[in-house]
Amino acid sequence: MSLVTTGTASRPDIAAPAARPEILREPVASGAFGIVQKPLSARERITNVGAVRKFALLVVIALVWELYARELDNPLLFPTFSATVMAFVKGLFGGDLFTKALTSLRVLLMGYAAGIACAAILTVVAITSRVGTDLLELLTSMFNPLPAIALLPLALIWFGLGAGSIVFVIIHSVLWAVALNTHSGFLAVSNTLRMVGRNYGLRGLPYVARILIPAAFPSILTGLKIGWAFAWRTLIAAELVFGVSSGSGGLGWYIYENKNQLEIPNVFAGLFTVIVIGLIVENVVFRVIEAKTVRKWGLQS
Amino acid sequence: MTNAPLDNPLLAVRGVTLQYKTKDHLVTATYRVDFDVLRSDRFILLGPSGCGKSTLLKAVGGYMKPIEGEIRLKGEAVTRPGPDRMMVFQEFDQLLPWRTVKENVMFPLRASGRLPRRAAEEKALDYIAKVNLTPFADSFPHTLSGGMKQRVAIARGMAMEPDILLMDEPFAALDALTRRKMQDELLALWEGTRFTVLFVTHSIPEAIKIGSRILLLSPHPGQVKAELDSLPADANAAELSALEQRIHSMLFADAIEEAAITERIIA
Repeated sequence: MSLVTTGTASRPDIAAPAARPEILREPVASGAFGIVQKPLSARERITNVGAVRKFALLVVIALVWELYARELDNPLLFPTFSATVMAFVKGLFGGDLFTKALTSLRVLLMGYAAGIACAAILTVVAITSRVGTDLLELLTSMFNPLPAIALLPLALIWFGLGAGSIVFVIIHSVLWAVALNTHSGFLAVSNTLRMVGRNYGLRGLPYVARILIPAAFPSILTGLKIGWAFAWRTLIAAELVFGVSSGSGGLGWYIYENKNQLEIPNVFAGLFTVIVIGLIVENVVFRVIEAKTVRKWGLQS
Repeated sequence: MTNAPLDNPLLAVRGVTLQYKTKDHLVTATYRVDFDVLRSDRFILLGPSGCGKSTLLKAVGGYMKPIEGEIRLKGEAVTRPGPDRMMVFQEFDQLLPWRTVKENVMFPLRASGRLPRRAAEEKALDYIAKVNLTPFADSFPHTLSGGMKQRVAIARGMAMEPDILLMDEPFAALDALTRRKMQDELLALWEGTRFTVLFVTHSIPEAIKIGSRILLLSPHPGQVKAELDSLPADANAAELSALEQRIHSMLFADAIEEAAITERIIA
């Protein structure tokens, strides 16, 4: 046999590694380093702000719009961005765009709040009992695919021409989206957190309010966002159909009226208002809620 | 059982059989388990996986009912979870992500209505200091390392000053170095406050190091195999390895017998 006897599968052609001395070192004091931490450059910091990046995109979109509309040169079909902004400003300060927007928003918020309240009741019932779960699942699969506008004729018969009917269809469009998301969020709460909550002796509503709702908040927030978008769509569609009935009429009616008078820049200004309100709600209201909750808690990056 | 039931144990587990249902099986997790935990015990439930030790701890926590036998805490039957038996789980996600370290420790004190806000805050900071996390009192859990999260969970459990602290392999998900440090810290904490703890582990060295008394369970279903005293902290290496060997051979005796039988059959 060979002289090398390291391990069971000894290979005589490979020598064992030579013995090495121990190496002991002292780490250098931190003053010796050039850079441990260095602030980012001004440009990097500015482009890191999402709002700045999005604003730049908005400017590009507006520019493309303006150039294309000028190229087309047909204000009756497609007014320029500047003409739309002019009509928007004029409508806001001189015309009745502001009051119309306010009317729409008031009805919208009423429907939205009522829809969320209904969704809250339904999901709490669903999470505390099996019959409730079955009920929620059944109702959601029945009514979620049903367009809110399809209920409008019925709502008109039940609640008459007025805000009541619109609020009813908005509740319908908000309720199922919020309830579905909240319920699936509740189901996704980790078993450990549930046991922790019960370990504290929490039961019933305090358990839902102090453990399930914060833990399921990312899903709930998604539901609220979807619900908000659905509410807008339903509202504008409903107002287009019979907007004049609800007092002074809302944005949908404003769009419809101006179309009839061929005031196309005003039609665009009406749509523009919906877009601006949407941008503000999404990028300010929901953004702040997100920053103060799910991002701060590390539930969402 | 060889040792007669003690007159006045803190926690008395008598003939407890536990079953749970999976999707298509009814599983018996433990069969007629008896043990007593005294005040200031560091009581270990030790056994291989599948011996029902975690299920047993859940039953003491009040999360499931025994189908036979009873569990009594200070003479009263355990029926549901409650803050007199604080749990420390293995998982790192046991802290409420929407509360800071301090608020997490305060939460059970407030939720159970035990202390007003100011007093709860004081007590929370006191216990956070005990686990050396004072600089992180206002941090959110997702910014902490795994070991720090477990320390918060221990502080939260201890701040409630429960009758018994239930620990379900709290160090199992930690790296080996952190685990050793946490074991030392837990022992130091115990020296300071002499709380009662029921501790589940599958590591024999951890059981000997942490425990004052060790209950050995056999697997499928869990049954009491032995109840031993552990060694004092100043025991020498020879004694430690002797006890480790003894426990090891008790736990794996069946496996060895089985192996011997198979060998004989093959031969």
